[in-house]
Amino acid sequence: MISAQGLKRAGSDPSTAIVLLITILGAIWSLFAAAYAPDAAMRGQSWLILGGFLTGIFLLVGSIAGGGVITDEREYNENLIKAGVIASLFWGVAGLLVGVVIAFQLAFPVLNIEAFGFTNFGRLRPLHTSAVIFAFGGNVLLATSFYVVQRTCRTRIAGGIWPWFVFWGYQFFILIAASGYLIGITQGKEYAEPEWYADIWLTLVWVVYLLVFLGTLWKRKEKHIYVANWFFLAFIVTIAVLHVINNLSMPVSWVGSRSYSAFAGVQDALIQWWYGHNAVGFFLTAGFLGIMYYFIPKRVNRPVYSYRLSIIHFWSLIFIYIWAGPHHLHYTALPEWAQTLGMTFSIMLWMPSWGGMINGLMTLSGAWDKLRTDPVVRMLVMSVAFYGMSTFEGPVMSIRAVNALSHYTDWTIGHVHSGALGWVGFVSFGALYCLVPWLWKRKGMYSKALVDWHFWIATIGILLYITSMWTAGILQGLWWRTYDALGFLEYSFVETVEAMFIPYVIRAVGGVLYLAGALIMVYNVYRTVRGDEVEDDENVVEQPALQPAQ
Amino acid sequence: MSEHDETRETDAHSGTETTGHEWDGIKELDTPLPRWWLYIFYASCVWAVIYWVLMPAWPALPGLAGETDHTRGLRNHSERANVAEALDALAEQRAVGFAALEGASIGEIENDPELLGFVLAAGETVFRDRCGTCHGVGGQGFVGYPNLNDDVWLWGGSYDDIRHTLQVGIRSEHPDTRFSQMPAFGRDELLSRAEIGEVTDYVLSLSGTSADAGAISRGQAIYDSQCASCHMADGRGDRAQGAPSLTDQDWLYGGSREQIMASIHRGPYGVMPAWEDRLEETTLDALAAYVFLRGGGEDATAGPTGQ
Repeated sequence: MISAQGLKRAGSDPSTAIVLLITILGAIWSLFAAAYAPDAAMRGQSWLILGGFLTGIFLLVGSIAGGGVITDEREYNENLIKAGVIASLFWGVAGLLVGVVIAFQLAFPVLNIEAFGFTNFGRLRPLHTSAVIFAFGGNVLLATSFYVVQRTCRTRIAGGIWPWFVFWGYQFFILIAASGYLIGITQGKEYAEPEWYADIWLTLVWVVYLLVFLGTLWKRKEKHIYVANWFFLAFIVTIAVLHVINNLSMPVSWVGSRSYSAFAGVQDALIQWWYGHNAVGFFLTAGFLGIMYYFIPKRVNRPVYSYRLSIIHFWSLIFIYIWAGPHHLHYTALPEWAQTLGMTFSIMLWMPSWGGMINGLMTLSGAWDKLRTDPVVRMLVMSVAFYGMSTFEGPVMSIRAVNALSHYTDWTIGHVHSGALGWVGFVSFGALYCLVPWLWKRKGMYSKALVDWHFWIATIGILLYITSMWTAGILQGLWWRTYDALGFLEYSFVETVEAMFIPYVIRAVGGVLYLAGALIMVYNVYRTVRGDEVEDDENVVEQPALQPAQ
Repeated sequence: MSEHDETRETDAHSGTETTGHEWDGIKELDTPLPRWWLYIFYASCVWAVIYWVLMPAWPALPGLAGETDHTRGLRNHSERANVAEALDALAEQRAVGFAALEGASIGEIENDPELLGFVLAAGETVFRDRCGTCHGVGGQGFVGYPNLNDDVWLWGGSYDDIRHTLQVGIRSEHPDTRFSQMPAFGRDELLSRAEIGEVTDYVLSLSGTSADAGAISRGQAIYDSQCASCHMADGRGDRAQGAPSLTDQDWLYGGSREQIMASIHRGPYGVMPAWEDRLEETTLDALAAYVFLRGGGEDATAGPTGQ
């Protein structure tokens, strides 16, 4: 099949046939669901799912008729990364927009429009969290991991059509999950709301993702595996394990949307927060550290600060993180020994987390001047600074005595967002600002000034967000525990709700600023991709092709 | 691989050697672990081990930790025991006050400054947590949720009436709940829109607002046949049925012509939960006394109307 030049046309190879079979089976299942689903929500959603599978069949048949997927082993697969960049921007704006809407709903409850149930906070909140974590964050991780693994292994992505299956299958998962939330399909597990059929689909996509990644590592042309790939691999493997175990459940009907969890009571809570905390640890930390380890040294053109530190902090991070989940259940029905165990591991996690921060920041040693001249570097460095701050704040909040104050308050929301907006958001934006000129072969972004605007507007947005939530959370925590001389509560709960109005408005304004920054980015990327009068940017270096032409 | 020999080189800026590896142009320095980082990491691990020794921390193999399924730690700490102890201490602290409250009449409460202080503190806490969401933290009420600071009482304002209302609720699931229901005259097409307008004009005239005399007299005829059985012929209401007086300036659902018309159209009503079995009897006493003492409480002998 492989010609002398390494060019390969898949035609109707077994892989394409298997993907076609999967989509046909999916289409048949959704037809059954449309006809026999016991619940109205599933009967409605099955048409959307059927539409997705039919589109897949249509595209696959078209591709086979045209000779199949082209695989040129002489080149990196960059179209895949381009698709990931565009999907990231799309879902990023969508997720941030829903976040702004629900922030305003909390400040002005009248915005929960009674006539449209799907606009209620309860429906939109999982839409926001899933859209920013899994849709935006997930697509950034797909795009960057596929880019980085190809470059640092000096080989094209493995698997022919399969990486495309991962990309489109993942978008399809997002669509099923998001539409389900709006019509009320949820299994009520935080960050794991999608029901059993969406979970099975994601499992399939994720296992293929793992195999594509492993296959690419397998055929690498470098002797060693670069540290970024360790982090990506840890992220992919662990998320698979977490996802499968936390979602173990028994469907009510094989064509219905409801299911019952395999776990109950405090066991269910512990499994859920083992999952929930490690979604933060492996999805939002390990994966994005992989991004940091490639894009910072690449952008500032300096060697990684310490190879030894990268080894020690990698292994300590992944070993310790997996134990920390019980700190989400302090002072609950969870046995005290499990709580103290979760807390002590969270404290031990502090330095392993900071190892990544040190390696990220100190890689700039010898290139600190770029903080002045390159807004993309500023974004990447700010993200690492936020990473350091959140990974200090986290262990502090995991201490039971501190948690007694912070738990159930908006301090938690502030903590999450300093990590999400500061660390995950900024390292993603920084990576995307690197990728766009590289992929579309431009000499720089359309406007460096707009990158700067994005940086400052978003930074001010984050500061408004986290400072208002700290204030709100500490106020809530203190008021809820204020007693009078006779041992009666000094404040009623509803008084602490009333006091939230101003912090909630400030938070919403912070969210608007952050969204505005993302919109500036979308405009800037659009103009760059279109090729409009690109500025020469000395920080953007053309990236080498896979093999020099002979 | 041949072009990337494992040759270590010295980085000019830091003077540190690289590891000799290179990926897509990225090299790594062989910088040793920062000492401060390493020592803090060690210290946090040591702290964790000390914590495990002192506190309950690890699931234990059967038989190794006595009766329990986990290590108890040297301090033998138990959050469960601490909470139980704290609740006992709190109950003890309040016991004197609640004992004095038991069986006390509202007069006795008012005349005993110490008891009064206790009742106000206990009642206020419960009120703001359980009642404030609807009636307002200050008891000021909202449209559809009665103001508890004035002297208007739909179901009676004596201490006993208030306590009974708290106990059984209004239109609640309690078998003895206070219940009444005004018909939705407009929605259920019992009266035409024009008739509702005329009744409204008559109702407004009861509290001194003048309108077209013809409309008022036509409205009065409708009022006498449709409304007077609950709100009484003179419009002063009937507490036995929770029917408000229409002769004052206090309106639960608004007193403008449009708002009154809307009320007649849809027959609005609210629901208040029954607190019996959800609050302790002495807590109900304290809550009733607190509401009574907010300013509007009446003697048991006060008039039977909605005033």
